[in-house]
Amino acid sequence: MDDLLAARSQMAMSLAFHIIFAAPGIAMPLMMVVAEWRWLRTRDETYLTLAKRWAKGTAILFAVGAVSGTVLSFELGLLWPRFMGWAGAIIGMPFSLEGFAFFTEAIFLGIYLYGWRRVTPRAHLAAGAVVALSGAASGIFVVIANAWMNAPAGFRIVDGKATDVDPVAAMLNPAAFPQALHMTLAAYAATGFAVAGIHALMLLRDRDNLFHRHALGIALAVGGATAVLQPLSGDILAKTVAHNQPAKLAALEGQFRTERGAPLRIGGIPDVDAGVTRFAVEIPYALSLLAFNDAGATIKGLDAFPREEWPPVAVVHIAFQIMVASGLIMVAVAVWGAYLAWRRRALADSRRFLRAVVAAAPLGFLAIETGWTVTEVGRQPWIIYGVMRTAEAVTPMPGLVAPFLAFTLLYVFLATIVVWLMWRQVINSPRVAAPLAEGKEEKYAAS
Amino acid sequence: MPPLEILLGGAILVSLTFYALMGGADYGGGVWDLLARGPRAGRQRELIAEAIGPIWEANHVWLILVIVILFTGFPTAFAAVATALHIPLTLMLVGIVLRGSAFTFRSYDSGEDDVQRRWGRVFAVASLVTPVLLGVVAGAVASGAIRIRDGVVTGGFVRTWMAPFPFAVGGFALAIFAFLAAVYLTLETEDAALRDDFRRRGLAAAAAVGLMAIVVFLLADDGAPSIGRDLAASRWTWPLQIATAVAATGAIFGLWTRRYRAARLCAAAQVALILWGWGAAQFPYLVEPDITIYNAAAPPATMRLLVGALAAGALLLFPSFYYLYRVFKD
Repeated sequence: MDDLLAARSQMAMSLAFHIIFAAPGIAMPLMMVVAEWRWLRTRDETYLTLAKRWAKGTAILFAVGAVSGTVLSFELGLLWPRFMGWAGAIIGMPFSLEGFAFFTEAIFLGIYLYGWRRVTPRAHLAAGAVVALSGAASGIFVVIANAWMNAPAGFRIVDGKATDVDPVAAMLNPAAFPQALHMTLAAYAATGFAVAGIHALMLLRDRDNLFHRHALGIALAVGGATAVLQPLSGDILAKTVAHNQPAKLAALEGQFRTERGAPLRIGGIPDVDAGVTRFAVEIPYALSLLAFNDAGATIKGLDAFPREEWPPVAVVHIAFQIMVASGLIMVAVAVWGAYLAWRRRALADSRRFLRAVVAAAPLGFLAIETGWTVTEVGRQPWIIYGVMRTAEAVTPMPGLVAPFLAFTLLYVFLATIVVWLMWRQVINSPRVAAPLAEGKEEKYAAS
Repeated sequence: MPPLEILLGGAILVSLTFYALMGGADYGGGVWDLLARGPRAGRQRELIAEAIGPIWEANHVWLILVIVILFTGFPTAFAAVATALHIPLTLMLVGIVLRGSAFTFRSYDSGEDDVQRRWGRVFAVASLVTPVLLGVVAGAVASGAIRIRDGVVTGGFVRTWMAPFPFAVGGFALAIFAFLAAVYLTLETEDAALRDDFRRRGLAAAAAVGLMAIVVFLLADDGAPSIGRDLAASRWTWPLQIATAVAATGAIFGLWTRRYRAARLCAAAQVALILWGWGAAQFPYLVEPDITIYNAAAPPATMRLLVGALAAGALLLFPSFYYLYRVFKD
């Protein structure tokens, strides 16, 4: 493994690991605040138990997210010092703002987790709301920095150096809004579905447990509402990519030839040597229509770019297909749930629906991972699109395979522990019988 | 208004000071967890966990703030440090990861003693190793061994930090963090015996701090010549060193006479003065002897915006921190 590949692998692995903890860091606080608010409104103790349970899970995920995020802030320099030396002044701003958002999140999460008896219920709920807002804000700032790598703005290049640096223009780059919107919705959708799936699994064993019924309702409301909006934000983002990064669009669609009225390819395997995408279902004109709102629009194929500027086509295309498929299944489950709710049926009474929710539980995170694969691998060979190549940015440090392996082992170990801890939290679930099913009394087992 | 470079350099120093005073004490807490002894060992560990539980996540964001100010305000300095000190920084990160996760796993794991003890051990060992590496990085940056020629880092990836002076600074950092933690912990309990445990530990740590300070000072002659010269001979050095000595004496006297609040105030002042003395000795260099706050500075537009963001952020941050500490600390 050469050093560049080792550096890319370490960065990819670190990001893939961190996002699993960062996404719930955004969405879990919202869900626990909703549960706590329901408790304050209804005085139904089940909601309080739920808020506390979710808070425990959030604490574990947040801690691992915080340390893996710290690692990433250093890795920017450890692995890509020439990129940071060149671009730090242009895109450091969103990271600085993220620093303050993260500070706010950590401070008020401390108050939320440890302050149940130390502050008033209202102040406690407000602390949770601050955590939810600052969590979303820190995610947005980091994604804005990434968006700049896809759509660099706010500087001019003179003799290889950046001049006329305008950090505000850099933050307002054309990819910033679409990417931030898409990722923020993804965090809520993925977390909502994952949490709903866990509680649905418990309901399949223990149909009348009110604790899990409440949890399922809140998690599906958060996950479902955002999942339904996600195709819209995806469309906005894809149009931005079509405009700014035609090579990435060509790769993710498996479009080798430049053509007018290009079809949308569903599935298929790109054959780079032959320059065709095989076995895809093609919907005529649909790609031109989606990308430019014009069925006759010209889509640049990969043939419009020199061979050495192609991203790895097969990886990007297949990752994109998996992301879209996962998202669409989530939309279908969300619509089904909405239909059941509209018919005024308790969601937990349909075993078939519960099974579907369980099956859909990992799809949001699968979509997040494959979506970031499209974003990052699709930008290659550039680290700053059209400005700096990844190979130019890498550190001269030799033997990079060693830190790559070390961090991989460390993260696999941590992931195993977290899964085990979470699972124990889940199987020790409180038993709260539904009043209608088993009389009036509520049963609490050891929690 | 002072030049933007000085404001941003000052912001890095202030953030580092808060990191040492808050996050540093958390590391020190881990050290005392590792060294918990005697009939009250279990209760010592509990006290440490209770004291840092609600605040440690926030305390450690100061390090991230240092990093983002550095790479936004002085990007080439960040690139040079991250290149030359890849190895100690990577090891430090492993320590940070293990420490933070082990602490949380221990808090949220079941009551099984075995498992808890194992996580406690990971937390404690990582708390011991991480500050040493942090000090090694600081020592290497000050030593003058990292050279930059035409924007390329020379001096190798090992030689710059694998030397007596950086490790002496690492030992000094460890001693001072352990000292801070012991002093803070005397105010975290009503139990007189437990309080006295940490009083004794604080006095022992103060001795270690003094010893390490002498070692660092002696090694600086050879290991960090330009800083050593400044500390020994410049105009501002004696007032600053006298102030540091007064604070240190005050902290020890406070511990000795059981005036714990005074001891805490003096210990914090001592640590802040040490860091500012280092900052003054290194001024205007970010990385001795090639990178200064002037030649590494970002364009003025970036610096202005960053200073504005830091000022606005401080308005948000300090009241929030005040609230956090008021809720959980006396």
